[in-house]
Amino acid sequence: MSDKKEPLLVVKDLKQHFPVSSGGVFSRVKGAIRAVDGISFEVNPGETLGIVGESGCGKSTTVRSIAQLYRPTAGEVIFDGVDLCKLPEKELVKARQQIQMIFQDPYASLDPRMTVRTIIAEPIEIFNKRGLLETKLTSLEIEDQVEKLMERVGLNKAFKNRYPHEFSGGQRQRIGIARALALNPKIILADEPVSALDVSIQAQILNLLNDLQEELGLTYIFIAHDLAVIQHISTRVAVMYLGKIVELADKKELYDNPAHPYTQALLSAAPIPDPVIEKERQRIILTGDVPSPDKKQRGCYFQARCPKRMPWCTCHVPPTFEISEKQKVACWLYDENKDYSKVSMEEAEVDAKSNEAKAAADALGQKKKSK
Amino acid sequence: MENNKKVILDVKDLQTYFLTDAGVVKAVDGVSFSVREGETIGIVGESGSGKSVTNLSIMKLIPSPPGKIVGGEVIFEDQNILDLSEKELREIRGDKISMIFQDPMTSLNPFLKISTQMIETIRLHNKNVSKEEAREKSIKVLEDVGIPAARERIDSYPHQFSGGMRQRVMIAIALSCNAKVLIADEPTTALDVTIQAQILELIQSISKKYGTSVILITHDLGVVAGMCDEVCVMYAGRIVEKALTDDLYKKPLHPYTEGLIKSVPRMDTSGSKEKLFSIEGQPPNVIDLPPCCPFHPRCHKAMEECKHAYPPRKVFDGHEVSCWLYATDEEKNAVLKSIGSTEENDK
Repeated sequence: MSDKKEPLLVVKDLKQHFPVSSGGVFSRVKGAIRAVDGISFEVNPGETLGIVGESGCGKSTTVRSIAQLYRPTAGEVIFDGVDLCKLPEKELVKARQQIQMIFQDPYASLDPRMTVRTIIAEPIEIFNKRGLLETKLTSLEIEDQVEKLMERVGLNKAFKNRYPHEFSGGQRQRIGIARALALNPKIILADEPVSALDVSIQAQILNLLNDLQEELGLTYIFIAHDLAVIQHISTRVAVMYLGKIVELADKKELYDNPAHPYTQALLSAAPIPDPVIEKERQRIILTGDVPSPDKKQRGCYFQARCPKRMPWCTCHVPPTFEISEKQKVACWLYDENKDYSKVSMEEAEVDAKSNEAKAAADALGQKKKSK
Repeated sequence: MENNKKVILDVKDLQTYFLTDAGVVKAVDGVSFSVREGETIGIVGESGSGKSVTNLSIMKLIPSPPGKIVGGEVIFEDQNILDLSEKELREIRGDKISMIFQDPMTSLNPFLKISTQMIETIRLHNKNVSKEEAREKSIKVLEDVGIPAARERIDSYPHQFSGGMRQRVMIAIALSCNAKVLIADEPTTALDVTIQAQILELIQSISKKYGTSVILITHDLGVVAGMCDEVCVMYAGRIVEKALTDDLYKKPLHPYTEGLIKSVPRMDTSGSKEKLFSIEGQPPNVIDLPPCCPFHPRCHKAMEECKHAYPPRKVFDGHEVSCWLYATDEEKNAVLKSIGSTEENDK
């Protein structure tokens, strides 16, 4: 991993806020849901970046912002050297050829009135019509491609003219994968592709995704809430909590030595299918629920549920600390320069207040300057 | 495998069929198991295997038509639940046998305060309790299941609670009548991992504290491993294997169970990118199943017998399995002979 390849995708300080309005006739914006709140990471070609987190932590929003299904509030998404956030809609179409998505619910994501052939051929036909493909295809060639794709994902091509409802969940997910592959993308954003499937089918789809990656040199961003699935498929893993990445590390580091208290709790909460191990495991049971992302948090986002909370954490947002080249974590426990466990509540508050005053003054200064 | 604990609920050869236009769906076809005092029994299987229908049948909650319980017995407190009248059933449902479901939002009434729903349940089953007493009791059970500030929160509406909290409320309602058996139908499937851990721990501690027996329905083999004393594996409406949890994971006998355990990616074993074991094919269509082992088209150990008759149930040291691999030669020969004779007739 250390050989410096150009990253395929760079995400810098991505923010995606959704405005909340007061409702009524004279509605006005009264706040924002901070679904994704300043995350940065890189994805190298050929690797799989896994994103885990609980519901509402911003996993799906992250990939949707990357695909520009939502236009991000702030930040950059640099794909192949181009910042997608700044591209006009027309040029985006071209970039989307390289970025495809697979969705969670194969029942909801396929149009029930389209045959499998139409579903898979649709992206090819659209790009063909607009002349965005390298060579213009005839309808026979498209037909041929559809059949090849169906075989590639393990569907019988004789079923080409059937409708989605005639297929089971696993087969529908295969249809979704075939459609995503139709334009030979470089990166596939898979949003919980196996969560809705039964265990035996889940294994089939995971194997298929792995095979495709090897054959076609695909890059994946793979979202799941199941930690074992993420471990199976990923090269690196990002753990998200409340719109932020709390830990980003190589798979081995993350699962062997989880650094962030949240990662530790997540790993210990995930059940292992072995009764002998289960009986001896010590669980870290987190108390409480994930807070609502609609207000700006003071201090660390996780501090309310953190078993290792220090007074310092209640009023200081942790930056990302690099434990090693392969592991980054956003937690005050890992600041090498200072041991915060001895800082009392009063001292922390004083420090936080002075920081806040300084930040406010800076902001004011900038406003004046811009005027 | 001697087990001296008292059997509380005994399900014997339960059969629930659904009569549809397309044919007869044998959703549950000859399921037997017993629930012992204070124990947790797990029922695992994929979607459509008949897990939920089994448990709805126990409470006689199958919508009829199209569903019909065509055979079997459910013995609870020396009487067959399936013979009881609707009125008698009501006294058992929610009182002695309680259920919690997968989605706590749809099982609570969104128009009523939590307090109203809890007091109603308590007073329905025990008419001597005054409203005030019922309210006090509700607050106590809510505190028991770990709802902070229960006294204030009892007058909230369901939507004011988060998913995990709602599931706690459901468990509290189930507890408020001192149920002897708690049927938990995928209680944590809709919840996040950390919340799942909280709820499972809660169910476990309640089972210990009050001696409640639990029937836990789930598709997650990890949850079963940590929670259950005994496990039934269901496939296409039948129990294909039943054993103590430790035995089942250590030495699965049925090829389906074996495949199921092997196809789950595991966190503790290196997690390398090697191929996962996968059971090829799809679960069968349960409409008008032919008399054969329903798993044989997907089974890597399938033999000729499997295609022609349902395997006999064998018990080895308390470990039950229905698979032709474990049948005696006589039984196999009998099947092979009958095939031979029909083939001759065809000629």
